[in-house]
Amino acid sequence: MQVQLKVNGKSATVDVPPNTLLVQVLREHLKLTGTHVGCDTAQCGACTVIKDGRAIKSCNVLAAQVNGSEITTIEGLAKPDGTMHPMQAAFKECHGLQCGYCTTGMVMSAVDICTHHPKAGEGEIRELLEGNICRCTGYQNIVKAVVKGQADMASA
Amino acid sequence: MGASDFSNLPHIGASVRRKEDYRFLTGAGQYTDDITQANQTYAVFVRSPHAHANIKSINLTKAKAMPGVVEIFTGKDIDGKMGGLPCGWLITSTDGTPMKEPPHPILAIGKVRYVGDQVAMVIAETLTQAKNAAEAVEVDYDVLPAVVDVRDAAKGTALHDAAPDNHCYKWAIGDKGQVDAAFAKAAHITKLDLTNNRLVPNAMEPRAAIGMYNRATEEYTLYVANQNPHVERLLMTAFVLGLPEHKVRVIAPDVGGGFGSKIFLYAEDVALTWAAKQVNRNIKWTCERSESFLTDAHGRDHVSHAEMAMDKDGKFLAMRVHTDANMGAYLSTFASAVPTILYATLLAGQYTCPQIYVEVDAWFTNTAPVDAYRGAGRPEATYLLERLVSRCGWDLGLGQDEIRKRNFISSWPYQTPVALQYDVGDYLGCMNKAQGLADVAGFEARKKASAAKGLLRGVGYSSYIEACGIAPSNIAGALGARAGLFECGEVRVHPTGSVTVFTGSHSHGQGHETTFAQVVAARLGIAVESVDVVHGDTGRVPFGMGTYGSRSISVGGAAIMKALDKIETKAKKIAAHLMEASDADVEFSNGEFTVKGTDKKVTFGQVALTAYVPHNYPLDKLEPGLNETAFYDPTNFTFPAGTYICEVEVDPATGKTRVDKFTAVDDFGTIINPMIVEGQVHGGLVQGIGQALLENCVYDRETGQLLTGSFMDYAMPRADDFPEFKIDTICTPCTHNPLGTKGCGEAGAIGSPPAVINAVLDALKGVGVKDFDMPASPSRVWEAIQAAK
Repeated sequence: MQVQLKVNGKSATVDVPPNTLLVQVLREHLKLTGTHVGCDTAQCGACTVIKDGRAIKSCNVLAAQVNGSEITTIEGLAKPDGTMHPMQAAFKECHGLQCGYCTTGMVMSAVDICTHHPKAGEGEIRELLEGNICRCTGYQNIVKAVVKGQADMASA
Repeated sequence: MGASDFSNLPHIGASVRRKEDYRFLTGAGQYTDDITQANQTYAVFVRSPHAHANIKSINLTKAKAMPGVVEIFTGKDIDGKMGGLPCGWLITSTDGTPMKEPPHPILAIGKVRYVGDQVAMVIAETLTQAKNAAEAVEVDYDVLPAVVDVRDAAKGTALHDAAPDNHCYKWAIGDKGQVDAAFAKAAHITKLDLTNNRLVPNAMEPRAAIGMYNRATEEYTLYVANQNPHVERLLMTAFVLGLPEHKVRVIAPDVGGGFGSKIFLYAEDVALTWAAKQVNRNIKWTCERSESFLTDAHGRDHVSHAEMAMDKDGKFLAMRVHTDANMGAYLSTFASAVPTILYATLLAGQYTCPQIYVEVDAWFTNTAPVDAYRGAGRPEATYLLERLVSRCGWDLGLGQDEIRKRNFISSWPYQTPVALQYDVGDYLGCMNKAQGLADVAGFEARKKASAAKGLLRGVGYSSYIEACGIAPSNIAGALGARAGLFECGEVRVHPTGSVTVFTGSHSHGQGHETTFAQVVAARLGIAVESVDVVHGDTGRVPFGMGTYGSRSISVGGAAIMKALDKIETKAKKIAAHLMEASDADVEFSNGEFTVKGTDKKVTFGQVALTAYVPHNYPLDKLEPGLNETAFYDPTNFTFPAGTYICEVEVDPATGKTRVDKFTAVDDFGTIINPMIVEGQVHGGLVQGIGQALLENCVYDRETGQLLTGSFMDYAMPRADDFPEFKIDTICTPCTHNPLGTKGCGEAGAIGSPPAVINAVLDALKGVGVKDFDMPASPSRVWEAIQAAK
């Protein structure tokens, strides 16, 4: 079946079997491999992307379900000249990443959190990050990064 | 260059932001599954659904006829054509016999021994086709009784002909006679039974590999999510496939965490490499999470009994330990070393216990192989010892700090009764700093405030020591190691003065690309941006032993330091020639060569250019070029140590335990990049506290099925499970490596579990709970409270 999407501002039409997941379209058809797969039970959040303004787990959605949607992946977050989004920059500044595998999903969730909960404090941010698992950082610097990214997004 | 000079150089001790972050933050990282090769097929492994069974027959007729199938291999295809997976450490039993090393076939031959054991490899044009064909493979099993608990192993049905009672080895260290004599004279004896719960490593990137073969050059390439590509190649070529190493290239590209689980040579890696030649296609395999729960090497799983003999003042006289260690179904790469060499030798801890005797029985069970996981033996030792020490204090009416202070080692070097010699430390200094940071003076007030809310507050201490950078090779060899334990570094100065470093260490989150660049930039007086670090490719890096056991900076960094010494020596000769001075009069600092007592100088960049454009050059005495390689074999382990203090609040109505405060003070020696070191500590703490509060790998005791096989069933630590940690360091530089570093990767995971459980026990003292093992999940805590009523 044909699925039409707008991914990172560009129109994309893919012809895929009906059981194809959104993450498969992104990684395998559009070669956007920054969206990762870390589990098979929609628990880890490494595959998080933004669909029509809200974060979703792309491993848990059929491509067919998001036909006609606008999708932003980690590759679409930085400016065209390569300058990082304030949240990406905050993760670097606060050492909010180590191996980098959960990072892309973590940053997409963080952007979503700060978009929809611009006043969230540290405790609330910890709760809102429940859907993203990181095995490296112990979360402390991720939380720090989200707090900084929140402030930098507000002033950007 | 000595460690004290080194620590004063620019860039050393600076929280340089990481060079690797841009690619990870923009989605440009290249993990194995992100790589697609031309002519690529996909592999799926058919795995045993039974914990223990004989394979009566395998019927591939239907599966081979499925669309897109390229080939299907089973044990029959590899039997006699290759070796099994080797174990890298020979342990000799107390009766002088070698450990039992039953074959570990690449694909099961005749029998399966745990749920997930690989039975067949299906290769097809697409992943979906491979999965569909895998479902059509018909395997007829004759199911046998399974044994999963180490305490049941001796009575269980034998897994291997070579080990009829499932016993792998009995190993011991220490002087039993002296220990028994000390116990006979003791004023107090404290006894404790402990279980160290089995864990699943769960690096966020599941294992993945691409096997490739080039018929024209007869070269194999394996992309693999791995922590030590040279070791992977060595084990695979020399022990399993019998291939010449120069025809095999192993590349570990960006790797999404390891924690030990990606050290090992796995059957899938071998199968893909071998099969790539058989089908003359490139073959990709990516582990699914549920598959990785079943098949990644697990961690811990010890059952122990420990006893401490003390005099009337609480001074330790002797310790006696017996441990049963679960090896799982087969011996994984370093499995045998974990409950022995890496465990029992750490049981002196930070204390002057003059006599220690440890006996270890290792057993095969119908579970996934158990091997090194963040800390590898040292967390098991620390959990046992630090639980026992706190219990000693409680038994004698001494505080957890007081019992430790009475027994701390206070002068170095210190020879323990279990083989190690600690070079340097300041255990009391760590304890004092941790107590200040944790505000222990305010504990009683906080306890009252908790009680007013109906909550039980407790404090727990843990003063851990670990041994990092396992070495030297010759002594390790005498103890059974079948590999070297050195590291290799190459420093390639380019004509314009920029530098590429090739290291045998591997970064999978640790930030070597930044830390190692700081080391080189500091030594050569150049910008960190002028140094790039290459790792993870046997085709580019001369050799390496990889990254495990917190060894990278102390062993890999030291190899780079040695190469830099050679660079400096040669560069000084070139500079001496340019300045028409004698070699001995040339000094080098901050990127400039000067001649003693003169104002002559040349820059590092000028010397680099001269080395490659040798027009004005002593060609009769010196080769052109500025490119040096060094190998470094440490003379001893390094010994990071610290004190951790945990405060928990337990709700007796629900059993819910909340870590309210956690303080960690570590001595890592010289610190190159404090930001990265703090990050390592945070991550280690969460893994350790995760073990203590949340994580538990459970097999069904009857069927051997894994009950905790997904993130839905296995409680991974999440952001809202933790408070903000308070961490700090002290520094007694390591005395025997040129950086003064000790390693920081595992400390958090080693030191934290007993701090948490001691805090839980302290909290539950008032309700009568005397003993408790990990994890302190609400149901287990609640049950312990009810049982004590």
